[in-house]
Amino acid sequence: MRTVNTYIGSPVERVEDYRFLRGEGQYVGDLVREGQWHAAFVRSPVGHGVIRNIDCSAALAWPGVKAVLTAADIEGEIPKIPFRRPNPTIGPYAQPIIASGKVRYFGEPVAVILAESAEIAEDALAAIVLDIEQLPAAIDRQTCMSDKVVLFDHPGSNIATVFHANKGEVDAAFAAADVTVRGQFSTQRQTALPMETRGLLAEWDPKSNHLTVYGAAKLPFFNRKTMADLMGLPETAVDYIEVDVGGGFGARGEFYPEDFLVAFAARKFHKPIRWIEDRREHLTAIGHSREAECDVELAFSKDGTLLGMRGDLFVNVGAYVRPNGMTPVRNAAQFMSGPYRIPAIHLQAHAYVSNKTPAGTYRGPGRYEGSFFIERLMDLGAARLGMDRLALRRRNLVTDAEMPYPLAPVLPSDGRAETNCDSGDYRVCFDKCLEEFGWAQKAEFDGKLIDGRYHGLGIACFIEGGASGPSETARMEIEADGSVAVYAGSSAIGQGLETVLSQIAADALEISIDRIKLYHGSTTYLKEGWGSYGSRATVMGGSAVIDAATKLLEAFKVAAASRLKLDPSELTIVDGVARAKDGRSVPFDEVASMEIKADGRFDNWKPTYSYGTSAVHLAVDPGTGHVDVIDYTIVDDVGRIINPLTLHGQVTGAVVQGFGSAFSEELVYDADGTLLVGSLADYLIPVATDYPHVHCVSMESFPSPINPLGAKGAGEGGIISVGGAVANAVASALRDFGVQPSRMPLNPQRVWELIQDGKKALAST
Amino acid sequence: MSVQFVVNGRKVEVDPPARMTLADCLRQQVKLTGTHVGCEHGVCGACTVIVDGEAMRSCLMLAAQADGATIMTIEGLSSDAELTPLQLAFKKNHGLQCGFCTPGVLMTLHALLTQEPYASEERIRDVLSGNLCRCTGYIPIIESALEARAAYQDQARSAQA
Repeated sequence: MRTVNTYIGSPVERVEDYRFLRGEGQYVGDLVREGQWHAAFVRSPVGHGVIRNIDCSAALAWPGVKAVLTAADIEGEIPKIPFRRPNPTIGPYAQPIIASGKVRYFGEPVAVILAESAEIAEDALAAIVLDIEQLPAAIDRQTCMSDKVVLFDHPGSNIATVFHANKGEVDAAFAAADVTVRGQFSTQRQTALPMETRGLLAEWDPKSNHLTVYGAAKLPFFNRKTMADLMGLPETAVDYIEVDVGGGFGARGEFYPEDFLVAFAARKFHKPIRWIEDRREHLTAIGHSREAECDVELAFSKDGTLLGMRGDLFVNVGAYVRPNGMTPVRNAAQFMSGPYRIPAIHLQAHAYVSNKTPAGTYRGPGRYEGSFFIERLMDLGAARLGMDRLALRRRNLVTDAEMPYPLAPVLPSDGRAETNCDSGDYRVCFDKCLEEFGWAQKAEFDGKLIDGRYHGLGIACFIEGGASGPSETARMEIEADGSVAVYAGSSAIGQGLETVLSQIAADALEISIDRIKLYHGSTTYLKEGWGSYGSRATVMGGSAVIDAATKLLEAFKVAAASRLKLDPSELTIVDGVARAKDGRSVPFDEVASMEIKADGRFDNWKPTYSYGTSAVHLAVDPGTGHVDVIDYTIVDDVGRIINPLTLHGQVTGAVVQGFGSAFSEELVYDADGTLLVGSLADYLIPVATDYPHVHCVSMESFPSPINPLGAKGAGEGGIISVGGAVANAVASALRDFGVQPSRMPLNPQRVWELIQDGKKALAST
Repeated sequence: MSVQFVVNGRKVEVDPPARMTLADCLRQQVKLTGTHVGCEHGVCGACTVIVDGEAMRSCLMLAAQADGATIMTIEGLSSDAELTPLQLAFKKNHGLQCGFCTPGVLMTLHALLTQEPYASEERIRDVLSGNLCRCTGYIPIIESALEARAAYQDQARSAQA
């Protein structure tokens, strides 16, 4: 009898867990090489300044210090880190791999100390004498955008790019509007904060002129190409090796200055060089994100139909444009055109540089920000229209009949201006969320003072782009023991990739999951690959695995047929065994010596769009400003659920990260550009006691039509709508005071101040 | 400086520099890299190990202070190839994702549930609030701990009997 696997859709326990639970994971900090040197980075102690001198003599005399590198040790022009998403104006803003002449943010690398131990390298940091003439810093939007302090003499402006999102006739839409609502909102600077800090181990083999970099994550193949280009090496002379990775969330695994400098030192000194970032430097050095403001207006007809949206977004991208620095900016502009049907749009998204750590992506880049902006405006619009906020949303949510639904194209583009939501009926998740949450029952608490706390309900909807293009690869080989080795171009960042791709491979090959051996993330396995970003690994990597499996079974059939002297069409394959009608059979392991292998690939530029709705019930203590989340429910549709266990984990984890965004995390700078956050005692991510009540429901009612799995990227959706839902609920709770939150985070101080301001305003009327 | 302690049932003698933390000593000198270092400030809890029955942050303790101590690290939680009920509960409830904070979380919970097998959900949450996890949102960790609690209660009962 033919057995059809159903790993896909089942809560398969993770294959990664056994080693992690026993302390047998191997992270980059666990790697040791004989004779290795340790690197420590001398970082700018000021936000903006001119480097007059770097005196390394005392550090060089320090016992155990082997060498110190500065910009002077780089021959020729200092290389700049290339963009993953280039556009015509950002060239001058690229980050040099080490500061030379000027420093532009607190924490910018100015020198590298190499020593026989990490302790000595770090001790010697204090012996470097930096003579930096401090310059006024550009920190806030007004200073930056007025070009009062300019970071780059050429082109002499702090505006790196202005993106335009355009759709329909926006002036006509506003002229025809019965009601308009306008608001200014902001989200605060944050970082992704994986629990494992970054780390690298670089080895140079002078015999073969080959560089090996351990500590790869997210984009091993792009980073290999970047490294090879910057080093003047052929791509084949560089390998990136992935070991276990302690979380990514968008920030880890991009090409940073340290990537180059550690490898450069390994090549220069012919020594293995190891660098493990400490937590304080992590906060100053890894990509920041989310510092965005807006001034946006919505137009409605009096029945609540959305007619148009226009306005400006302003994103502080830090001192340089990093490889993915423009992603949040363009995303914010694009994603505000969903999940609601807005026929006419004109948004300008201004990316400006400042004397802060350069920005990149953090889970749901641009989408969290945009969702917060538009969800606040929807509530304000409902109030202005005198409509129920649920009815207003439901009327405007995109429906199945409108699919594929075009979002506003964003220009300048790197070839991906046009995009369509692929499938779904956004009202279905909306209705399901209200039901799961029990909105009708909870509505009686809304805006009420109960036992000294003001209760409020909030709602927000979202779309999540996933399955980032362009391609992914996979290779399969039948092994001597009859198992199948699967080599995937996708990389693991802690999300359970091995399990999910094994499920897909086992189903596609119709064999037991125990017979799948998954290898991933390193450039040694495949000639070409992409990685894990933009919620792509399951969809893109999984689709490539399916392609490889189909081809492997074909190759196996041909091999088995030749052995049995039959035509391949006379064979059927069941559970890794080719069977002929006459009863003869050939199992996988019998043809292993014939090197049966297949390369798979999936090419697709079209993203998937998961979507959903979240609702929150919270209570505000007016005495302290503390907000307690009593219930949070999120319902999303991800097209097809590959593993409900890991999906649920992704959504729950993303929601709780979102609470950190909404309530507590903030990277604060002073006016001189000094980062005031130096440890996890001041960067407050959620802890176990904070948010115990999160209810996640995932649906698969509308499979994606653009990949063989029908799946959609789903790792980021959970975070996107948290800010909007929470802020709307705080407004609803504090309606007696007329509170309308516009700035995030809603930490106790800010909520308390909002209440006091509201009280004062009431008293003066 | 010679320091002796018992780690995971094995007697070891190490020679750490005076300023070496217990975390670094375990990782570098005893070669037990399952103990992870996430902040070196005593905030994140990833480096938690059990010293004489108490969950301790090994980044806030000098190796020299461990002289004569009995230490358990993540590598000592399950002595053979089998997983303990606590580890199994984490696997079943997806109580971990990237695995970096997991050793510290397991050490914290093992110490707690060994000492207090009847710890309430609130108590577990409260104690776990000293371990940062960025992936899971903690909810499946709590579910795992609650599920594993029964095994610690059985153990306590059989110890009494």
